[in-house]
Amino acid sequence: MATPVPERETITLAPDGRPADQQPAWRQDFPIDSPQDQYVERRDFVKFLTLTSLAFVVGQLWIVAQSWRRRRRVPAGAKRIASLSEISIGGSLVFDYPAEHDSSVLVRLAESEFVAFSQKCTHLSCAVVPKPAEGVFHCPCHEGLFDLRTGRVLAGPPPRPLPRVLVEVHDGEIYATGVTTGGA
Amino acid sequence: MKPDHLQFFVDPSRCIGCQACVQACTECDTHRGESMIHLEYLNRSESIQTVPVVCMHCEQPTCAEVCPADAIKRTADGVVQSARKPRCIACGNCVVACPFGVPEVYEDRKLMMKCDMCYDRTSIGKKPMCATVCPSQALFYGTAEEIARLRPMSSPTNRFQFGAQTITTRVFVMAPRGPVTIAPLIDVTASLGASTGTDPFEGVEI
Repeated sequence: MATPVPERETITLAPDGRPADQQPAWRQDFPIDSPQDQYVERRDFVKFLTLTSLAFVVGQLWIVAQSWRRRRRVPAGAKRIASLSEISIGGSLVFDYPAEHDSSVLVRLAESEFVAFSQKCTHLSCAVVPKPAEGVFHCPCHEGLFDLRTGRVLAGPPPRPLPRVLVEVHDGEIYATGVTTGGA
Repeated sequence: MKPDHLQFFVDPSRCIGCQACVQACTECDTHRGESMIHLEYLNRSESIQTVPVVCMHCEQPTCAEVCPADAIKRTADGVVQSARKPRCIACGNCVVACPFGVPEVYEDRKLMMKCDMCYDRTSIGKKPMCATVCPSQALFYGTAEEIARLRPMSSPTNRFQFGAQTITTRVFVMAPRGPVTIAPLIDVTASLGASTGTDPFEGVEI
């Protein structure tokens, strides 16, 4: 046992008057004397430091594992979106790609010119609204604007362009064939 | 650290009920605007005698013993402080438990506040606000030698008996020095008919 430190000497007696070593353990955990109440033992401090650092390390490893898993993810295959007759020039269509709940939006710019982007705004994941007449995707949450043809950020808070969904047309059917991130 | 040689002496027999201490107490910086001192009438229907009640700063603070939130702490110089604001849950246990009736719960701020002997002043050797203004020196702050010289007819005591509970305090009360030998303690509840020496909690393990 370490020798008692004078500055945090116990001055308050328990009501029954018995010495400190005969008192129940909770008296040490909840001391009445504030010097003891505020005292942090070196062992407790080191334990706190170690556990906190450990938590940070685990968090970092988890992030690394997540990004590794994401990179390993198999690219989504081609998926039929719609037939040509279902979408007019200047019209748009929402579809799920690459996975079940990943909303994407297809816009027909001209007779044979299609663009498709993820509908999730890169700022806070609101659904963007295509406005072909103005040539933009508009995010109503914080007035974010993306270029309709490239997905580039034109205005507002979004930090990255919209992920582009690659589109191909075969025999009057429109297919999504993949997703590219990182701009036009 | 509070200077050790300075002590607080309360002499209720000298109190004239002028309320100066009550007003001065509100000026204290540790509890600005609120008076922590209680100026009580002993038996108002029969007497005009008043008694100032400050925190006695017990060696075994009952308020802190009963606090379920671990909010009442005693600094190294023996002063029992007001409840810690982040911890106090305003349950009022201390109000009920204190033998001297000192703590008060302020419902508007959900906090217990009590006399802390003007900790900002006494911790640097100044007198508490009430003792600086008391015109009859019923509240006296000074050395034991001073009080012995000024009050030869009474002697300070700091041991009190409440039923089965004996309390030793930092603050002294001046008891008249009579022809009888001075009792080792003041039996507060004796006049209430409570028999001393019987412990209602006997056999209860804590």
